[in-house]
Amino acid sequence: MQSLDPLTILIAEDSAADRMLLSSIVRRQGHNVLTAANGAEAVESFRQQSPHLVLMDAMMPVMDGFEAARQIKLLAGENLVPIIFLTSLTESEALARCLEAGGDDFLAKPYNPVILAAKIKAMDRLRRLQATVLQQRDLIARHHDYLLNEQRVAKAVFDKVAHSGCLSAPNIRYLQSPYALFNGDLLLAAFTPAGDMHVLLGDFTGHGLPAAVGAMPLAEVFYGMTAKGYGLSETLREMNAKLKRILPVDMFCCATLLCLSFQRRSVEVWNGGMPDGYLHSIATGERKPLTPRHLPLGVLSPQTFNDRTEVFPMAVGDRVFLLSDGVIDTCDGNEQLFGVDRLQQVFAANRQPDALFGEIKQALRDFGGKARDDVSMVEVSLLEATQLTPPALVYSDSGQSCPLDWSVNFEFRAETLKRFNPLPYLLQLLLEVHGLRAQSGALYSVLAELYSNALEHGVLGLDSSLKRDASGFARYYQLRNERLEGLRDGFVRVHLQVTPEGKGGCLVVRVEDSGKGFDAARVLERSLDGVRLSGRGISLVRQLSRSASWSDDGRSARVEFSWEALA
Amino acid sequence: MADKHLDPKVLSALQEVMEDGYPELLDTFIADSEERLRVLRKPEDATQLMNAAHSFKGSSSNMGAVRLAHLCHELEQRAKQKSLAGIEKLVREIDGEFAIVRPLYEAEKQRSLSE
Repeated sequence: MQSLDPLTILIAEDSAADRMLLSSIVRRQGHNVLTAANGAEAVESFRQQSPHLVLMDAMMPVMDGFEAARQIKLLAGENLVPIIFLTSLTESEALARCLEAGGDDFLAKPYNPVILAAKIKAMDRLRRLQATVLQQRDLIARHHDYLLNEQRVAKAVFDKVAHSGCLSAPNIRYLQSPYALFNGDLLLAAFTPAGDMHVLLGDFTGHGLPAAVGAMPLAEVFYGMTAKGYGLSETLREMNAKLKRILPVDMFCCATLLCLSFQRRSVEVWNGGMPDGYLHSIATGERKPLTPRHLPLGVLSPQTFNDRTEVFPMAVGDRVFLLSDGVIDTCDGNEQLFGVDRLQQVFAANRQPDALFGEIKQALRDFGGKARDDVSMVEVSLLEATQLTPPALVYSDSGQSCPLDWSVNFEFRAETLKRFNPLPYLLQLLLEVHGLRAQSGALYSVLAELYSNALEHGVLGLDSSLKRDASGFARYYQLRNERLEGLRDGFVRVHLQVTPEGKGGCLVVRVEDSGKGFDAARVLERSLDGVRLSGRGISLVRQLSRSASWSDDGRSARVEFSWEALA
Repeated sequence: MADKHLDPKVLSALQEVMEDGYPELLDTFIADSEERLRVLRKPEDATQLMNAAHSFKGSSSNMGAVRLAHLCHELEQRAKQKSLAGIEKLVREIDGEFAIVRPLYEAEKQRSLSE
C-alpha cells in the first residue's frame, strides 16, 4: 500500500552530477522529484511546493544544509517532514550537527540505491505515523471541545431546572463544584406549600453525561411534588419508580432526602446509600449520625421499595450536615482514604459552626488528597419559621373560571390512609379558588395539621405527649409507622365548603376522625406556646386560621378561612 | 583500491540507474569537476578549499573515480587541520588525476552512445 503512494521529494544538492544521479534513483523508485542547488533554493521550494521528504546536502553555497534544515523544520511546524542528510561526513561532530539542525537520518556517498529506497520507506512510515498521531490528537481535541460544549449546554439547561429551587435560602450553605453534576452529584432544595423545606443530596453512579441525565427527571419530580405539597414518602416513591423505569440496571442514585419543618421543629430523613449525614445539636454539641437505611433510588421495584423515614426533633440553630462520598473517599498519594474518622476529628475540633466547610476542605488538603470535583457538602439549619419567606407561587390562569360556591365531602378509609396522602389533591382543588391563593401556605399547614391530628391522634390513637422529649419523639414515629401498617378500620372525613361573601368569600374546613377524641377545651386553655414539641399543632391551627373550634369530644375540627375582594 | 582510477562496477551501476541520462551524467560530472578544480587552484580561504574538496570527494565517489575521491579526502583533511604545507602539491596531484580520468569518462560516454 505505502510504496504505491508516490511521494514528492526535494533534493537539495549543489553538485550537479550528484543531483542528477540522485534524481534518477529517486524517480526510478516511483517518486516525484524537486531539485535545489543550495539551501536558500531548498527553503523556497519547500515553501511553495511542500514536499513530503527532503534529501539535503550539508555543504552548499549561499545557505548550507544545516540552516536550510532548520528553516524547513520551522515551516513544517507539527507535520513531520523527514530530512535525510546527504553526506560523506564521517566525523561524529559533523553528524551531530546534522541531527541538531533537525536531520532525521543520513545517506553516505557514494549513494546506494537499495539503502536509499529503504530509508525513504522508513521515513515515510514515520511521517505517516506522525500525521496519524496529529490527526487523532486533533480529533480528540475536537471531541473534547464538543463534550465540553455539550456539558455547558446541559449545565445551562440543568441550572434553569435546579435554580427553580431555594438553594439560596439563608439557612442553606453548600459547597459543590460547578460541574459536580457531571460527576453525578446533585443538590436540590425547595419549599413545600406549608413552608417546610425539602432538601435532596444525591449521587448518581458513573460519570459524565450518563451520570447527569438521570438528574433531570429526578429534579422534575422533586420540585413538582414538593411544590404540590407531597411528603417525602410519596416523592421518594415517585423518584424511585421513575429512575427504576428509565435508568439502565447498573445506574442508580444514592440520595438523602430531608424535610425540615420550621413550624414543628423537626427533620424527617430518608437516606438511601449515602454516607452518614449528621444532625448537630448546638445545645448538647452532639452529632447524631443519619445513617443510610435503604438501597439507593432506582434499584428496587415500586413493590419492594421502602419509603420509611425517621423524624428527629430540632431546636432553632441546630444543623443538618450532608456530604457526598467524594469527601470521605478522597485518597492521598498512597491510596489511603480520608475516611469517616478523620471527618469526625474535624467535627470534634470545630469551634465555630460556620467555619466547618473551610475546616473540612483544609483537612482534605492537609491530608494530601488529590483534588476531586465530586466533593459536595450541604448544611441546613433550623431557623424560626418567621425568618424564612417561601417564595410566592406563580399562577398562570386568568381567574375567569374560579369556582365560588360549592362543597365536597371525602371519607378516607383504612386501606387508603395507609398509602395515600390526600393533601396535595385537596390543596390543588382549593387553590382553584383565587381568593385562597394568597394564604396557600397557611391553608396547607392547617390542612396538614388537622389531617395528621385526625390520623395520628384520632385513628391511630397516638398520644402526642410522647413527643415531650427526643427519645419519645423517635418512639412516637416508630409507633406511628407500626400502627399505620397494621391498620384495619377507621376513617378520616374531610368536608370543604366554599361560599361567596360580598366580593370575597369564605372556606369552611371540617375534619372528622373515627378515634376516641380528646379534651379540646383543656388543650385550648393552654397558652399559644410554640416551644414544646407536643401540642404544637393545635396552637398552630389557631394562629393561622380565622376561627378554629372542636366538637364531638375533639373528633371533629372546624376552621374557617376568608378573603376580601381581589384587587 | 586507491591506485585504481575508475571502478567499472560503479560505472555499470550508474548506467543502469541513469539509462538514457548516462552520457549526460558523465558530461555533467566533467563540467562540475572543472568548476571544482578552478576553485581548488585559487581558493579564497581555507574554508572554501575544504568545502570544494569535500564536494569533489562526494561526487567523485559517486562516479566511481576512486583515486580522485581519495586525493580529495586527503585535501579536505589537510584544509581542515590548516596544515597548508604540501597543499599545492596535492592540488597538482588532483589536477593530474582528473586529467587521467577525464578521457576515460569521455571514452565511456562514446562507448555507451554506440551501444
